[in-house]
Amino acid sequence: MARITASVYTSHVPAIGAAMDLGKTAEPYWQKVFAGYEFSRQWMKDNKPDVVFLVFNDHATAFSLEMIPTFAIGTAAQYKVADEGWGPRPVPDVQGAPDLAAHIAQSVIQQDFDLTLVNKMDVDHGLTVPLSLLCGDAKEWPFQVIPFAVNVVQYPVPSGMRCFRLGQAIRKAIESYDEDLNVQIWGTGGMSHQLQGPRAGLINREWDNRFLDRLIDDPEGLAKVPHMEYVEEAGSEGIELVMWLIARGAMADVNGGAKPTVRHRFYHVPASNTAVGHLILENN
Amino acid sequence: MPLDKPYKNVPGTTIFDAEQSRMGYWLNQFCMSLMKAENRERFKKDERAYLDEWPMTEDQKQAVLARDLNRCIQLGGNIYFLAKIGATDGKSFQQMAGSMTGMSEDEYRNMMIAGGRDPKWGRK
Repeated sequence: MARITASVYTSHVPAIGAAMDLGKTAEPYWQKVFAGYEFSRQWMKDNKPDVVFLVFNDHATAFSLEMIPTFAIGTAAQYKVADEGWGPRPVPDVQGAPDLAAHIAQSVIQQDFDLTLVNKMDVDHGLTVPLSLLCGDAKEWPFQVIPFAVNVVQYPVPSGMRCFRLGQAIRKAIESYDEDLNVQIWGTGGMSHQLQGPRAGLINREWDNRFLDRLIDDPEGLAKVPHMEYVEEAGSEGIELVMWLIARGAMADVNGGAKPTVRHRFYHVPASNTAVGHLILENN
Repeated sequence: MPLDKPYKNVPGTTIFDAEQSRMGYWLNQFCMSLMKAENRERFKKDERAYLDEWPMTEDQKQAVLARDLNRCIQLGGNIYFLAKIGATDGKSFQQMAGSMTGMSEDEYRNMMIAGGRDPKWGRK
């Protein structure tokens, strides 16, 4: 049986990828960001999964305005690294887990969540920056990845509660897969940031840290927070945080099991325009 | 009955909803085209001629030529799409975001290092 062993939460700031690609990680500005991931890189080596179910948002890369699915699951065997306008990042292509992805798609759709199945897409910094943060410079990524893209670009975007319930459905789907696989689920994006208009650069430390507290202790209550609170308190792009609730909904304690162990928590301001948040929760 | 859109009142912020998306369709599709190196070259060589290949409004084209991102957003542009113009120009995301605030590049960078913009900014 496949099982979810842990969930990982992290920002996916493009400048973090650029700092790694351009060899700037030792600069004082970036050192403060990467210091928060030193524990996590060792933890990843010690707790290597077979598959990572990686929740992220596409930033106008695979999906143009021609078509924007609310929830899209990657069922391909391989994903290329996208050219977002400055050339593709020099990181390995991503290996998929097509059989497990197809199983999850079928199970989750039968639980009444309408997913879009994607057999070909390039993946952008939303997916590759978390991989770089957790795995460092890699010749190839040490596990298979199922990319799961959520629309947080064009409103209306899915509610926190819908994301949380979807996470619960994904857990059921993974646990009903016969092969013995160690699966991690990652929620990425956020935290406080606004990238547009005269209000750009908004950061709300207090709100972000309360979000982390509640994500650990009261995820179902947190799922009830309306979109407007994210926009008002965490900036227009702070809405990306709803994606963390998908990963949290897939954990044992909100599905009748034991509380998770908090293995790591990190928060830092700034990276480029945003706060950086990071959390590792292990199932018990 | 009209839909409730409370996000129209957030200071200094334009939420990219279906209405904005319709208005900015071609502007944003033009931005997407800059994901190909050959298109970036063609755009850099003659910006006006490249923009004229797209059924954008004259206002949208002028806003792009002026790199006025606030105006682009008013006219239906979305920042994730507009970022590809900045990437083509060799600008960082921080430089792009800062350009919309009325601050200098240094002022904006220093504000971020000092902890970012106050969340109460612009509220009544």
